[in-house]
Amino acid sequence: MEMNASDIKHTPFPAAGTMTDAEREELRRHGILLTSLEELYNWGRSNSIWPIQFGLACCAIEMIAAATARFDIARFGAEIFRPSPRQADLMIVSGTVTKKMAPLVVRLWNQMPEPKYCIAMGACAISGGPFKQGYNVLKGIDRFLPVDIYIPGCPPRPEALLNGLIQLQEKIKGEKLTGPNAARHVRSDVNNEHPIPEYGAHDLVPSKNTALWSPPASPTT
Amino acid sequence: MNPSGNSCGSFPAASPFAPVAGPIVRSVTDPFHGDLLEVSMGPQHPSTHGVFRMVATLDGEQIVKLKPVFGYLHRNHEKIAENTSYLASMPYTDRLDYLCSLSTNWAYAFAAEKLLGQPVPDRAQYLRIILAEMTRLVNHSCLVGFLFNDLGTSFTPLLYAFREREKIIDLFESLTGSRMMCNYQRFGGCRVDPTPEWLEAARKLVENFPRFLDEYERMLTGNEIMLARTQGIGRVNAAQAINAGLTGPVLRASGVDYDLRKVDAYGFYGRMDFRVPLGDHGDTYDRYMIRILEMRESVKILAQAFRDLPAGPIMDPKAKQRGHRPKAGEAYGRIEGPKGEIGFHLISDGSPNPYRYRVRPPSLINLTLLEDMCLGHTLADSVVILGSIDIVLGEVDR
Repeated sequence: MEMNASDIKHTPFPAAGTMTDAEREELRRHGILLTSLEELYNWGRSNSIWPIQFGLACCAIEMIAAATARFDIARFGAEIFRPSPRQADLMIVSGTVTKKMAPLVVRLWNQMPEPKYCIAMGACAISGGPFKQGYNVLKGIDRFLPVDIYIPGCPPRPEALLNGLIQLQEKIKGEKLTGPNAARHVRSDVNNEHPIPEYGAHDLVPSKNTALWSPPASPTT
Repeated sequence: MNPSGNSCGSFPAASPFAPVAGPIVRSVTDPFHGDLLEVSMGPQHPSTHGVFRMVATLDGEQIVKLKPVFGYLHRNHEKIAENTSYLASMPYTDRLDYLCSLSTNWAYAFAAEKLLGQPVPDRAQYLRIILAEMTRLVNHSCLVGFLFNDLGTSFTPLLYAFREREKIIDLFESLTGSRMMCNYQRFGGCRVDPTPEWLEAARKLVENFPRFLDEYERMLTGNEIMLARTQGIGRVNAAQAINAGLTGPVLRASGVDYDLRKVDAYGFYGRMDFRVPLGDHGDTYDRYMIRILEMRESVKILAQAFRDLPAGPIMDPKAKQRGHRPKAGEAYGRIEGPKGEIGFHLISDGSPNPYRYRVRPPSLINLTLLEDMCLGHTLADSVVILGSIDIVLGEVDR
């Protein structure tokens, strides 16, 4: 098939873009594997996610349980819990984030290199959960961090964490390396560091990162 | 670093990581000594068992001062409880010590029943003993796994512990509906009655538990590295332990015969035949062995409880199910939790909410001797000593 310059602009991977799945499968049967760099790269990344070894509260016990023999998170390539944020790809916020702890969580996030992902595990990390009324409890880590996957539960079962991990893998597999919808880690125009809140007289200053989070619209308006 | 050790140049003063000013235990006068070094471990550290921070001052590798910093998991449990009804605090007690929700449930129910003057039927008393002792098995076996993680075994003993934990947790789930947050006790009894099949499965599991303990001990107890790293490390004598108010296995490892199951004989523990293991040296090794021996005693208690469990109601039929309004007054209920004396102090002013709700957390009070245990040992030992105290941050910070 002939291609001109305008076609290439719209299809970043012309070889992969013009073949049907059946044709690729036919080639694969003859021992020829045809793939795009993007697919190969995402396939590799999604199957070797290294989480940071970082437990906050009750959910951390279920996170450990997910790593043990019965649930065996190693089946999904995510068993290497790294104690150092510099070596980690994934932050599992497993438990209640208090206002004393929130700046440290954001600092750890900033210390992690891109590409990095965040899972909010459990009701507390999503919204404050049962402790939402507490004066010292942050009402959801998404006020300060860009959360990719939310796992509800109090605490979520280890299977739920595995399901969340699979969802994250799907998300990674769909990421683009070029074009206007390119993933965050390949873009130079996105600031990956988030400001670390400070301890104020009554609350964290600022109390939320307005670039990431805004209060939900009131249903009456 | 500077010789006075009071500041640590690289951090700005306003940073939460800025070192804490205070007197240094030992001043350095010998010119051959190096500078003192202040090391901040945590709150994100794999060996601090959650969000706990230790600020250790080191002379070479020896610890000369250690300051625990906590509050990173302060979830306002007491304040929230003072603003809700008595019963609504029960699920929150699950989340205090999240490894042993059933014990903490019992302690709270015990305090509230004292305040309400509420009797408990016999079957419920036995069920409470069964579930509390199974919780002790879960807690102690996981603790030993975590302790060996701190010793550097990197997960292997913990895998064995979690294998057993999953079996017990499965039973908890089939009985109460939740793996960890069981929310099982009520004022005047228990929430659901176990089926005969459940009791049979639980009895079989407990019967086989000593086999797991034998396997565990064969692997761990005589290990040379383990002996070298724990014997004589982190010693606490009986006087120190009593003065600091320690309770539970940490106190008994120092040779003090004080177990609330014997002292108070609350519930039906007076009817049970069991011994209280005591340590000689109060070191990390004794604290480890106490846990293993306590598990063996728990198995004995469980066998008796399964044998004697009577038929009958699990809930006092006259008990109020909700809307409790105790008369003005106060009550303190305490039980021997897996970590020590877990107690609840409730003050009522006659309203539906407690006027004051106070938790006596064993983890926090056992933690007070951490510096005395660690002084003179290396930083690597402080991690093991912390592991042997057995803290859960949900309970330390509440």
